[in-house]
Amino acid sequence: MNKNLTWFNVTALVLGFAFLYIPILILVIYSFNESKLVTVWGGFSTKWYASLANNQSILDAAWVTIRVGLLSASLATVLGTMAALTLDRFKKFHGRALFSGMVYAPLVMPEVITGLSLLLLFVAIGFDRGFWTVTIAHTTLTMCFVAVVVQSRLVTFDRSLEEAALDLGCPPFKTFFIITLPLILPGVVAGWMLAFTLSLDDLVIASFSTGPGATTLPIKIYSMVRLGVTPEINAVSSILIGVIALGVVAASIVTNRAEKERERAERAAFAQG
Amino acid sequence: MNKAVGPIKRKFAPWDDPAGVPFIRFENVTKRFGDFVAVDNLTLDIYEREFFSLLGPSGCGKTTLMRMLAGFENPTEGRILLDGKDLAGIPPYKRPVNMMFQSYALFPHMTVEANIAFGLKQDGMESDQINTRVAEMLRLVKLEKFAKRKPHQLSGGQRQRVALARSVAKRPKVLLLDEPLGALDKKLREETQFELMDLQIELGMTFLIVTHDQEEAMTVSDRIAVMNHGVIAQIGTPAEIYELPATRYVADFIGDINLIEGKVSAVSGTQLSLTSEGIGGVIDAEAAEGGDATVGLDACFAIRPEKVRISREAPPAGSHNVLEGEVWDIGYLGDISVYRVKLANGTIVKATVANMTRIVERPITWEDKVYLTWPRDAGIILTK
Repeated sequence: MNKNLTWFNVTALVLGFAFLYIPILILVIYSFNESKLVTVWGGFSTKWYASLANNQSILDAAWVTIRVGLLSASLATVLGTMAALTLDRFKKFHGRALFSGMVYAPLVMPEVITGLSLLLLFVAIGFDRGFWTVTIAHTTLTMCFVAVVVQSRLVTFDRSLEEAALDLGCPPFKTFFIITLPLILPGVVAGWMLAFTLSLDDLVIASFSTGPGATTLPIKIYSMVRLGVTPEINAVSSILIGVIALGVVAASIVTNRAEKERERAERAAFAQG
Repeated sequence: MNKAVGPIKRKFAPWDDPAGVPFIRFENVTKRFGDFVAVDNLTLDIYEREFFSLLGPSGCGKTTLMRMLAGFENPTEGRILLDGKDLAGIPPYKRPVNMMFQSYALFPHMTVEANIAFGLKQDGMESDQINTRVAEMLRLVKLEKFAKRKPHQLSGGQRQRVALARSVAKRPKVLLLDEPLGALDKKLREETQFELMDLQIELGMTFLIVTHDQEEAMTVSDRIAVMNHGVIAQIGTPAEIYELPATRYVADFIGDINLIEGKVSAVSGTQLSLTSEGIGGVIDAEAAEGGDATVGLDACFAIRPEKVRISREAPPAGSHNVLEGEVWDIGYLGDISVYRVKLANGTIVKATVANMTRIVERPITWEDKVYLTWPRDAGIILTK
């Protein structure tokens, strides 16, 4: 394998990363700007973070976002896992292809359409828009992502483990909770985290389905930006980036460690014959 | 090696006893998957404490049959009785039957101990009783030192033993073994076969094993059912299956055999004469059981290579069952040598000779003219 960094490789790498991260970097840097003007550097300061802590409307929005995220991700995980299990288990039933297609469709469906259709539904049934409608809408949006992630985990799941549990006298319902669920848990957790992240940064669907008193952070930021970008927004955004980055790094560390542990144990077993 | 194997195995043949009551009974069982018939109107009796093998190529229905007994599949037609009770409608977790899976199906998130204790816990056994039983099982499979390990920290042979310990821990009435030794290498497999037999005698359980490995089936079983396309081709003790195959399929599937095609030319009781163009002569032999032979019927003469004598000297004139040919090929396998003899018209007949001395130079070699002879009762004529 060629390990040398040629000028071509280096250029490609730098360009790629620059394209991805320069906008974010600028945003983070300017969140520490002393000046009130977003584009003029006035020295280092953390005052925008301090002022953020006193901005009740942003804190409220953040709190709504977190609650919506936690609740919708959890609901989506339950529903998505159930869908994944069903599609994995019942290989042949009439309309299986249609069903599995329908699970995947929202992945590529324009968010505007999903948002609009939900809005129409809530209006039609006379459901007052607010916290619950956003939560339901986000559950709808993220459930299919969970289903996809869990389904990929189920592909490698050995069904005979469940049969073994049944064979040893464990009823099906209990088998699911003590055998199946612990083993597909990494997939379920990954699905939950994905759902939570998606809910955290969704703007389109939230703005269609929200109502008074349920302003999420992305909606709040968007409406603030319309009145002009302030360094305060940069600060909120930086925190959001930090939280998400931390989550992703933590998840990958956990996964990596588990994988390495497993490999080592397997090698040990192999060496010992 | 002197091992405690419990009571010495005596003659055990409840299937020959007209008053014997079968322990497991498959009664006209049919299983269809869509258009595919996996098991076709099959009736089979298995007796208590029997070590019974279902032997056949993949797709012959043997695994389906076992899974129906475990409760993972339901028969499309017919019924299955265990100890006189119809098993229909009883889910797998309520059947007094345990199974050892081909993949072992050890729970990867549990230790060896917890795996073995799993079934006992489901039964609501007291925890100190569970501990005693688990310790006993670990001793039985010699894995005391590995109690706290997880399955992925064990070698294939050790996993196999954990799976075995887990499946017998509940003392089921019947233990089902699905290709239990398939994943082990040859040496380990042979050892484990004998351990399985000892274990079965020690525990006094009925063992039903599914395998495609005829050697394994021959070694461990009291009786074997050879299956093909969802039906049983023959049931019998290993010796019966080997020495008295009922059909060409069974004869060919078990061990090595010469099959010489021909037509029945004379019938006298169970003795038949077979005229074969392939060898240009007549062979006299006994008919296989259950074959109703009539003159002119297509049949074949089946004889195991080890029962064919090979010699360079011509037998006395007027001898029966003599074939003449030349040595076409020799396979030296260490313990035996296989001679492939080509007859005048091109038919190849195999004969094996045990290498009883350490002489490297063989008395018979390539292109020698040889005579093949066999006693009158060494072969059998198959009409099916």
